Amino acid sequence: MSNPLADALLAARLLACDAKLGGMVLRGGGPARDLVLEALRGLLPPGTPFRRLPGHIDDDRLSGGTDIAASLATGTLVLQRGLLAEVAGGVLVVPMAERLRIDVAGRVAQAMDNDGAFRLILLDDGADGDDRPPLALMERVAFDLNLGFVRPADLKMALPEPAMASGAMLESEAMSALAATATALGVSSLCPLLHAAGAARTHAALAGRESAEMLDLEAATRLVLAPRATQLPPDPEQSPPPPPEPERPESEREQNEGDEDDTPPEIPEDLLIEAARAMIPPDVLDLIAKGRAQRSARGGGQGRKTGSAMRGKPLGARPGMPGGGVRMALVDTLRAAIPWQPLRRREPASEGAGPIRFRRDDLRVRRFEERATAVTLFCVDASGSAAMSRLAEAKGAVELILAQAYVKRAEVALIAFRGKQAELLLPPTRSLTRAKRALAELPGGGGTPLASGIALARQLADAVASRGRTPMLVFLTDGSANIAADGSPGRPQANADALSAARGVASAGLDAVVIDISPRPRPEAARVAEAMRARYIPLPFADAKALKTAITLAAQPERKWA
Amino acid sequence: MARFPFSAIVGQDEMKLALLIAAVDPSIGGVMVFGDRGTGKSTAARALASLLPPIMVMDGCRFGCSPDEPRACPGPCEGKKASKRAVPFVDLPLGATEDRVLGSLDLERALRTGEKVFEPGLLARAHRGFLYIDEINLLEDHLVDLLLDVAASGENVVEREGLSVRHKARFVLIGSGNPEEGELRPQLLDRFGLSVEVRTPREIESRVEIMRRCASHDADSEAFSQSWAEEDDKVLHQIARGQKKLGKIEVPDEVLHDAARLCSAVGVDGLRGELTLMRAARAYAALKGAKAVKRDHLLHIAPLALRHRLRRDVLDESGSTARIERAIAEHFK
Repeated sequence: MSNPLADALLAARLLACDAKLGGMVLRGGGPARDLVLEALRGLLPPGTPFRRLPGHIDDDRLSGGTDIAASLATGTLVLQRGLLAEVAGGVLVVPMAERLRIDVAGRVAQAMDNDGAFRLILLDDGADGDDRPPLALMERVAFDLNLGFVRPADLKMALPEPAMASGAMLESEAMSALAATATALGVSSLCPLLHAAGAARTHAALAGRESAEMLDLEAATRLVLAPRATQLPPDPEQSPPPPPEPERPESEREQNEGDEDDTPPEIPEDLLIEAARAMIPPDVLDLIAKGRAQRSARGGGQGRKTGSAMRGKPLGARPGMPGGGVRMALVDTLRAAIPWQPLRRREPASEGAGPIRFRRDDLRVRRFEERATAVTLFCVDASGSAAMSRLAEAKGAVELILAQAYVKRAEVALIAFRGKQAELLLPPTRSLTRAKRALAELPGGGGTPLASGIALARQLADAVASRGRTPMLVFLTDGSANIAADGSPGRPQANADALSAARGVASAGLDAVVIDISPRPRPEAARVAEAMRARYIPLPFADAKALKTAITLAAQPERKWA
Repeated sequence: MARFPFSAIVGQDEMKLALLIAAVDPSIGGVMVFGDRGTGKSTAARALASLLPPIMVMDGCRFGCSPDEPRACPGPCEGKKASKRAVPFVDLPLGATEDRVLGSLDLERALRTGEKVFEPGLLARAHRGFLYIDEINLLEDHLVDLLLDVAASGENVVEREGLSVRHKARFVLIGSGNPEEGELRPQLLDRFGLSVEVRTPREIESRVEIMRRCASHDADSEAFSQSWAEEDDKVLHQIARGQKKLGKIEVPDEVLHDAARLCSAVGVDGLRGELTLMRAARAYAALKGAKAVKRDHLLHIAPLALRHRLRRDVLDESGSTARIERAIAEHFK
């Protein structure tokens, strides 16, 4: 593992040379991050615009438009230039990029596509791999660097001298080495691949080489491809990598026949792939190990953040100042101003006043009714005691409800508990595809860690509620806990823990339903439901359809105000 | 900088075909593209728009009026002359508000002179061209509703803020999105004419070819588009021939029967599926230069026209495309 700060400074040098590389993501690391930004500023010609993008920016300030308050005050049209126009040719720094609103991200992405003239620096303070900057932006920047591991001693590193270089070549074999590496790392999108090619070329040019060599390809792999890895490259010593299966050989081959007679590659692909294995940053390795890299790389929370962008149906106007995302209701403003015109015309006119004279208190802004998205959290008992056949039924019911939730655009999440502890299989999502996959992968058998299931469900429900959503908990269990909260076996302790976790849910005021899926209803599940102040529904001989009906009915009061 | 040429796009045959069909017959009603990021979806759509021959637009018209349609314009078309303009390509940003899309009261004029003037929105700008929406699945539902409505009727009707305006807005709607990040409601999906699934090419050779072409485009975009001009001309010629032939193409009764049979075999509800299937087959035949629609045309185009209309079956894990292919194999082979 090379020095992360040195890598970041190298990325800054490449980015200064070639704006086409888009920009970089800097994760964590306060002082190191400032150092990289300072270095980038030093590398660019003096006077290059350097702007920060605050997360609360409104549309007019971002893309330019009418400055309504100023226009009304002066009686003439006051236009303001958008931030995206101001930053052309310079650097746009986005602090807290992982919380950037998706609509702002969309605008920035579009500006990069159309004019492409600014470099984007995303400062990512997300705690773990789950919360990342919007994918639309991640795809448009070449480098993804983690400064979390920078040691304080490194901060004394000398800043690079400004240097400009371009024009190095990338030979065919170098391109195929990069393409093979990207495939081996499971980077399927083409954007990182094209960025890696650009980075290799610029890296070579900076070193004064005419065409990219192994060293340049390694740098490009380390800075661009490795952080986006979603799988480990095959270990060359254990098994030779199987040749990738072409999907549509005929049509694709035809186009490429001309390239077949190239000289054999000078840069062995295997060598680069082998090196790539060592270049994957440790935190990405963690994600791969947990099997989460693929999913978070595909968009993790994007679906769930959109709901908050909902502006809902209009509710009429009220007095207030426009700006900051609040939109002016023009007709209502005029309506408020017009009755006062005869009076106001008697006063001396200010410079350039229009035919209608406005005061600040005429201003009306629009109001919208925002509807909280309902999130149904399924907490499924997948233990041995919830017999396998019942688990299949539960899966069927969950799928039916999922299909319904998807039509209503509600979100679902899935928690399963079995063996020693509970596990979040599916964070809140609207994607039926992902939900179905999570369900299909749900294994059964083992003990019943009910307490840990309830605790995790509550934690998730709290998180959901803190984002302004309305959580609803659905437990499918037989209530016979036999694993305590600390993971140790033993029925009495397990039951006590489960009941205390259930009381926690009640005290948090969360809506819940307990569906007893044991073949003969026993008092345990009812007791849990009681402690949770949840509705208790015994379903001894239910099929998927009956379960669905039960849950739909139970959700009725919740839907009223959702 | 010259745009990336349409014919230089590696692979993505299905998406290119869908775009060509929509160019031949815009009344098909939009193309929905499913797929991961970084597959060149927007590049293909942009490339097609810049490939098409320029259109004649009345000078100074804010609604993009054609000189062939006098009196269609709600605004004062002051110019007497018309001049050439590139086919519009509008990229709808994700956070777009209803005002920006539909058009709204012109604040400047309202404030300065007290006049009530309509300021055209993105729909007016997209008239006679393309409206591209990336991540349409993340767009607010009411906006998607509205867009599909306008795309189907070819007319934008604004009744708000004391305005009452209607203007022509005929465009090819292209939506893209990744179902992994949230899905469109089936009601909305059904209103798209065609849908395609794109994937990034997996083979090293295609990926290298993409890198090579992007590099030469970056290095000298003019020279690169020059080298593809001939290929692009062929495509252009094909579209022009298709548009000319479209009205004259016959749809024999047995092909209509085939369409109905296929739709009922895969369980498509409603008539929209059959109508689009028929129209798409006709446009495809026109594109191919055929005189009449044949069964082969219909079957070739069936996955594009139908795959997004199948009712989701929670118990059937195989995708929609596989279900259509299975039905074709069962009933027609």
